Amino acid sequence: MASDTLSLKIEFGGGLELLFSNIRSHKITLPHLVPIDNSMDGTSHVPSSSTPPSATDGDKPIKTKPADVTYLMHYLRDNLLKERAELFMENGTVRPGILVLINDTDWELEGEGEYELKDGDEIVFISTLHGG
Amino acid sequence: MAPASCALCKMSKAILKRPKTGQQICKDCFFYVFETEVHHTITTAKLFKQGDKVAIGASGGKDSTVLAHVMKTLNDRYQYGLELFLLSIDEGITGYRDDSLETVKRNQQQYDMPLKILSYDELYGWTMDAIVSQIGKKNNCTFCGVFRRQALDRGAAMLDVDHIVTGHNADDIAETVLMNIMRGDIARLGRCTMICTQGEDTIKRSKPFKYAYEKEIVMYAYFKKLDYFSTECIYSPDAYRGHARAFLKDLEAARPSAIIDIIHSGEAFEVREEVKAAQKTQQTCIRCGYMSSNELCKACTLLEGLERGMANSAITERARKKMEASGPAPNNMRSIPFFQSSQPILAVEAPS
Ligand SMILES: [Zn+2]
Ligand SMILES: [Zn+2]
Repeated sequence: MASDTLSLKIEFGGGLELLFSNIRSHKITLPHLVPIDNSMDGTSHVPSSSTPPSATDGDKPIKTKPADVTYLMHYLRDNLLKERAELFMENGTVRPGILVLINDTDWELEGEGEYELKDGDEIVFISTLHGG
Repeated sequence: MAPASCALCKMSKAILKRPKTGQQICKDCFFYVFETEVHHTITTAKLFKQGDKVAIGASGGKDSTVLAHVMKTLNDRYQYGLELFLLSIDEGITGYRDDSLETVKRNQQQYDMPLKILSYDELYGWTMDAIVSQIGKKNNCTFCGVFRRQALDRGAAMLDVDHIVTGHNADDIAETVLMNIMRGDIARLGRCTMICTQGEDTIKRSKPFKYAYEKEIVMYAYFKKLDYFSTECIYSPDAYRGHARAFLKDLEAARPSAIIDIIHSGEAFEVREEVKAAQKTQQTCIRCGYMSSNELCKACTLLEGLERGMANSAITERARKKMEASGPAPNNMRSIPFFQSSQPILAVEAPS
């Protein structure tokens, strides 16, 4: 395996960047395999660590899945978001009215949250809810 | 997932799923169908005629920015023969409107259209910042809405245009239909879905994006890399509209056609409303000449309340009676310059 991490480019627009320190463009690194329940356990220290993909937490193995967009949203909420999480996520997905593009394609054509992230992917989140 | 090819040209990779139809289409086909549908909306409703002077109500936000771009594109492509202007209202909100006006000024350069900015301060002698510092954040949207409506008409009169187009989209209209239903406001329900409205002596107003989904407007702006401003108004506590919007977005997530369906419902109500059109007859405001359903127009009533330190006078009946009981308006009170729709209004001096 070449690498067990993914480098991603994240963009926020349409006012959504205000929830993320008013920074539109972010570069992040995610592990290839992530907890199936999208929890951050065992991943907060991952970028630099050499923890094997099927890490164990004490003697309890954590079930993993390939990192997908749903995991990415949880990661962004728990690590980059600075305020009002309810304006970003609702019921385990983006709040209705937020558009998601995966490599400049509507995520509805790419499997939405189930899309498996690849190294170098560019994910854009745009709020449609601000101002006319 | 294998990338689907475009349902229209069958050649390029699809980049968008249309909320209205579910069709998966490529970028070029998307631009083309989006623009063509707006063109059809315009021609079906016969909104313009050759030589019309049209002001685009421009806030710097996504809808009016995309509208300016599309109006220019269609005017060139189909030779509408329109003279286009940008008209912006400066409510005087520091950190919000001053920033978005910068966007409008860039649009003026990009689209090569004359721009007129009319401020509340210039017209009413009050900025929204000053209003909020007097009345607080509770009813300020009432002031802003009434003042903006009249300011747009007056700005249009100054530009001597025949018509104002605004960026209201299908989502906005569906949201307003829902709000009017929830409030039981049947008279407004029919009116809010009309594509074009015209009062006795006011300028025509219309909504070329009446059938355009917000999702497509935002996608259009994104793919065309249009420059727009997207910050929430700092004084906007319109919780009711916020709830209506959240509800509509939930409906749309379950069934994308919900937005158009709601607009069609609103239009269906309109027919029956004409049967019992028992609305107040329009007259002109005795103080400022603007159209009104009472002796004083709403803006003059609100302004008088502000000037006399009784800002609730136009919000509640009780407060209005109290103000009337406290005597006539003082002579030295600031008022709005007289409105004459046929000729440009002279510049207004802002009393200090
Ligand atoms: Zn195509
Ligand atoms: Zn008046």
